[in-house]
Amino acid sequence: MTPSLGPFVSLSSAILKGFLRDKASVFFALVFPLMFLVLFGGIFGDQEQSRLDMVQVGAVPLLDDMPEQARAAFDATFAVETSDDLDAAIGEVRTGDADVAVQMQGDELVAHYTRTDQVGSAIVQGSLRAFVDGTNVALSGQPPTYSLRTEAVEDDSLKAIAYVTPGLLGWAVAMSAAFGAAATLNGWRQSRLLRRLQLAPVSTRTLVSARVAVTLGIALVQMAVFLGLGVAFFDLVLTGAWPAAIPLLVVGTLCFMAIGLLAGAVAKTTEGAVNMANFIVLPMAFLSGSFFPLEGAPDWLQGLSQVLPLRHLNDGMLDVMVRDQPWTAALVPMAILAAFAVVVTLLAARLFRWEST
Amino acid sequence: MAAIEVRDLSKSYGDVRAVDGVSFEVPDGEFFGIIGPNGAGKTTTLEIIEGLRRPDSGDVVLLGERPWPRNPRLLPRIGVQLQASSFFERLTAREQIHTFASLYAVPGATADEWLERVGLVDKADTRVEDLSGGQNKRLSIACALVHDPEVVFLDEPTAALDPQARRNLWDLLSGLNESGRTVVLTTHYMDEAEVLCDRVAILDHGRLLELDSPRALIRGLERPTRITVPGDLAGLDGVPDLEHLEQTPDGVELTTARPAAVLDALARLDRLHGIAVAGGTLEDVFLEVTGREYRA
Ligand SMILES: Nc1ncnc2c1ncn2[C@@H]1O[C@H](COP(=O)(O)OP(=O)(O)OP(=O)(O)O)[C@@H](O)[C@H]1O
Ligand SMILES: [Mg+2]
Repeated sequence: MTPSLGPFVSLSSAILKGFLRDKASVFFALVFPLMFLVLFGGIFGDQEQSRLDMVQVGAVPLLDDMPEQARAAFDATFAVETSDDLDAAIGEVRTGDADVAVQMQGDELVAHYTRTDQVGSAIVQGSLRAFVDGTNVALSGQPPTYSLRTEAVEDDSLKAIAYVTPGLLGWAVAMSAAFGAAATLNGWRQSRLLRRLQLAPVSTRTLVSARVAVTLGIALVQMAVFLGLGVAFFDLVLTGAWPAAIPLLVVGTLCFMAIGLLAGAVAKTTEGAVNMANFIVLPMAFLSGSFFPLEGAPDWLQGLSQVLPLRHLNDGMLDVMVRDQPWTAALVPMAILAAFAVVVTLLAARLFRWEST
Repeated sequence: MAAIEVRDLSKSYGDVRAVDGVSFEVPDGEFFGIIGPNGAGKTTTLEIIEGLRRPDSGDVVLLGERPWPRNPRLLPRIGVQLQASSFFERLTAREQIHTFASLYAVPGATADEWLERVGLVDKADTRVEDLSGGQNKRLSIACALVHDPEVVFLDEPTAALDPQARRNLWDLLSGLNESGRTVVLTTHYMDEAEVLCDRVAILDHGRLLELDSPRALIRGLERPTRITVPGDLAGLDGVPDLEHLEQTPDGVELTTARPAAVLDALARLDRLHGIAVAGGTLEDVFLEVTGREYRA
């Protein structure tokens, strides 16, 4: 028999149609993760509105007479609005409509801020102190001996959304790959389609390739949609080596398909298999930093997360997609994911039964 | 040459001896039926011959090849309709049969023809989940036949079919058989086995109890023939070889082991008008051989 593409194509198309017509699958593969992206994008997008609202009460010569360059820097930090009513200004700060109210008392610059917003108040105090000090130095006529320049370690464009997108993408891909594999295996076994296909002149290799091809296709579509939306609507900026995320995602997909196969091989029913896949993937997503960065997590948790494949998928994607690491940063995660995939597949193959009884 | 040779086949599931020392041969081009009560081992026997299951012991040769382990040379030459229909989820009837056709490198036009032959053109765009039980079965049969296999295995193909679909399928299967295909089917309809099959195997508790043509099986039963004649008993006492003579609401019922002599006498009495002759049926044979107990 000469191998032909016909069976591969028709099986892939049958599987793809089955997927697209299953509203729940499509929802969980695309819509659901995107809801999280929009949600997180919205939340963090707001937080990124970094200019602080300042209400200037009366004349403040320190600010009014600021040299031009200093003024530019100042405007980048504060959005200034003037007022004559101190009480009203303080009221605005209290209600959170403004971050700080400033007035001049003699030579003293008085800043009214609220303690309820700790981050905001720290920035307010720090920035104002810097301006006051800077102005003092400038007035003394002496050039400053020491100067401080701060630079964020990340790319200037790095925003919270940049952290969130790879993590959510990792979760989305893990979920649909695992569910797809688990549900297909059990669905086909329960419906006896597997037995019927055993009797058709189609090799197991073709069957598996078709299923893998469809899942990979879905994963790449997920990636395109995520990155497309992120770039278009949430100011996501990808760093140079981001295409390295594609092979990484491919290996990650295979790894999670293997996990789904394992769940499918162990579970008796389709529902059981999907639940089991969910039971594995959802906690893993939390522990792997898909929903929030792990930097603040306790050490033991960070250590634990190292045994989870999703952690490596997320890390690798963060590295090449937003942390501006070279493409080689994807190699180690890929190797780890591939090793996971092989081990889990072997385990699934051992536990696999043709029939559910 | 025999299309199928089965020698001393046995298969147990735990304590259940599903198939117990079964041997038979099916010559090329035969229409072969397997009948037996629920749980008799019909499906298990078929699945072993098809190569889906491994027998505990015994030998199967199908078209000169061993079906187990999975034998890719055999697969394009056999067509199988499993007892439980098995389809790709959420595909329409047409997509379903086209997918199967492409696995066998059969063109789509042939697939559409088969859809027509089993009367599913109107349902071509209906998803398999929304087909009725009988439509489902017909699609499953079409998918088994789409690649024009040499040997066809059908496990209860007419279960759930309405009388029209059943008769149409009979015609279809007889046609296949006449064009030289070997057909093996299981059924619970005795009339079907009697009409279609060249030979019938009766299976129970995994054992082969009888194997012969339906005619021979019925003859072997030596069940007396019942002849019903309209009218009353008057003039009938001279009829020879009667075992029993009785007036019934439908007329007179004569029971005899030698119907020829009785019919001859009736002809001479000019009492042939409107008579009904009922011989033994395959169902009588079946009940005689397998008893009347319920099966688990
Ligand atoms: N996978 C299985 N595991 C355990 N026991 C089984 C299995 N398949 C069949 N059996 C048992 O083997 C026996 C024969 O089953 P089989 O399906 O061959 O019967 P059948 O003649 O096809 O019955 P039916 O007319 O109901 O289709 C039954 O007692 C059944 O319970
Ligand atoms: Mg059966």
